[in-house]
Amino acid sequence: MTTYIIRRLLLVPVLLFGVTVLIFAMLQLLSPVERSALYVRDIPKNEKVLDGIIKKYGLDQPLHVQYWRWLVGTTNQLTGGREGGILFGNFGYSRVGSQPVADLINTRFPNTLDLTLWAVAPVILVGIWLGVQAAVHQNGLIDQAARIFSIVGTSFPTFVFGLLMLLIFYANVQWFPPGRLSEWANAIVTGGEFRTYTNLLTFDALLNGRVDIFWDAFKHMILPILTLSYLSWATFLRVTRSSMLEVLRQDYVTTARAKGLHERDVIFKHARPNAMISVVTLAGFSVVGLLGGVVITETVFDFPGIGKAAAEAAGALDVVTILGFALFNGVILIVANLVVDVIYAFVDPRVRLS
Amino acid sequence: MSEIATTPSSDVGLRPEVIPLRQIGRLERFLGPENYRIVLGLSKTPASIAGFILILFFVLVAIFAPLIAPPVGNDPYKIPRDGFKAQPQAMGSEWKVRPPPLPFWWKPIMKTDHWVHIFGTAQGQYDVFYGIIWGTRTAFKTGLIVVLATFLIGTVIGSVSAYYGGAVDNIIMRIVDVFLTLPFILAALILAAVITPRFGRSLMPAILALVTFGWMGYARVIRGDILSTKERDYVMAARVIGVKDSRILFRHILPNAIFPTLVLASLAIGDVVLSFAALSFLGIGTDIGYADWGQVLSFARNWIISLDQYWYIVVWPGLTLVLFVMGWNLVGDALRDVLDPRMRGKT
Repeated sequence: MTTYIIRRLLLVPVLLFGVTVLIFAMLQLLSPVERSALYVRDIPKNEKVLDGIIKKYGLDQPLHVQYWRWLVGTTNQLTGGREGGILFGNFGYSRVGSQPVADLINTRFPNTLDLTLWAVAPVILVGIWLGVQAAVHQNGLIDQAARIFSIVGTSFPTFVFGLLMLLIFYANVQWFPPGRLSEWANAIVTGGEFRTYTNLLTFDALLNGRVDIFWDAFKHMILPILTLSYLSWATFLRVTRSSMLEVLRQDYVTTARAKGLHERDVIFKHARPNAMISVVTLAGFSVVGLLGGVVITETVFDFPGIGKAAAEAAGALDVVTILGFALFNGVILIVANLVVDVIYAFVDPRVRLS
Repeated sequence: MSEIATTPSSDVGLRPEVIPLRQIGRLERFLGPENYRIVLGLSKTPASIAGFILILFFVLVAIFAPLIAPPVGNDPYKIPRDGFKAQPQAMGSEWKVRPPPLPFWWKPIMKTDHWVHIFGTAQGQYDVFYGIIWGTRTAFKTGLIVVLATFLIGTVIGSVSAYYGGAVDNIIMRIVDVFLTLPFILAALILAAVITPRFGRSLMPAILALVTFGWMGYARVIRGDILSTKERDYVMAARVIGVKDSRILFRHILPNAIFPTLVLASLAIGDVVLSFAALSFLGIGTDIGYADWGQVLSFARNWIISLDQYWYIVVWPGLTLVLFVMGWNLVGDALRDVLDPRMRGKT
């Protein structure tokens, strides 16, 4: 197993390098003038000043020089401070957010994390439950229903589903509003009394002992959670079902049945744990996928997370912001995928013992 | 052990099995037994038949779009507007400002001489019905272009990777990994935003973005199939008589390995159209008022609070998109069953 993990770890720098090159390449599709937004707030109209900026930040230099500069930045001769350098979190200045991209990420990401964390449990538990039920009653009523659900589910675009949810639960009955907080709750949170511990609103509300604010924040997340979940349910259902069916066909399950074990024990104690091995990877990836899926969901529900910010930046063609987001997302996903693979190595005895 | 000792002839129930000679049709001879089995499986499953019917329906709508909703002006993809008011108009309201010509089916079915907004109008008085009908053409256009391009790129990269193996394979597969790192829709969104200033607002940025981040799946599938095909004896034979690498790859290996990828690709149109609609829903892609489903749906974004009143802006284009994607998914689902190795030989 050690070799497996070492090989997997060695892949991380390769992927990190690859992703930075990929994003740098996209950056090169812009003209030097547009790229100067990485370093200065307002791109000046005056051509002389512009030329000066392009010279100063080396935007007309050979690619590898520019790439290095983009990575580590330069030291300002006068102040001694660092200018640029994505490795130090200097992603440039966001036109859409009118603040540095790093600050924008800082304020928006906790909201996304809050939403994702709450979506994880329903996604995994319900998906696996559906899959096991479908496999145990293969070709039965539940299986057919699950199959229809999974086809309809995968055919439903997130934004259509989200809009329908809003149409039903907000426009018609006004149960679950879009946005992040109601106005009264927002006034309390932004007021001085409310202390922030984790930046995750629901957890902070609980730590402050404000159950009403917790409920208000949670109420705003119910529809986004549902929208994020249903697609994963369809995938989970399919994978759990097929891996469960495969396990149920194996000899040791027949042996367990022949011993006269109760069918419930056969399924839940003998078959399910082994069927879960392939589901673990999927679980990891779909948690990671949630982070990507938030772009559309947050936009539909007007939820102020990192995904909505990315969509806004893209709509306004604010390339510096959106590439900053891409970089941030890329790094998170590479680390998250690594964690998933390592967990997998521990879970699967075939890898663990090799 | 006594069973083994007995000869089959002495055993009453056991007779050497007679395999009936089967007529092999022209199609089967052309496709080969494996591929023929896939085609046969697809044409027999009820789900995939339903899928094919849905797809056929949309093909017909796309072909006959000019007859169903006659265009106004030079660009048929520009949704005609009934004035410029922001407030959407209800379904069935009459078209007042410069209505388009009546299609041939209008009078017998609708029983009036006036255009009415069958599915209402969206913000800015864009006719939803027209947008849906012509949006079908946009859907097929983008879907076919993206699928064809990703398929070609994926096939070439995957074949080279599999055929040469070793370091080449390793490097190419790491590049694939890098392209897969970013979530697909985010990556496409980013690239489309970056190149939009180059192309202006058109179908091009979204198409290019979907192609750039869409080929990896095919590369992986074809790679796997080639790795198994390349071990066959006839490939060895070709190599022995000194055939060039490129000729072995393109004449001997690829034709025998490509079919599953080809089928996968042709069914991916649904997914591509879905992603394309998502991009244009997010505001990337065509000009406002271009006939495209995601665009029509995005009109609903400004009317969230009063969606109970303007539900038709969401429901009709949404339903169209869902049915379109479902058509491809139904066939794709049946295909997954047919391709499943555990199902081999059961058709």
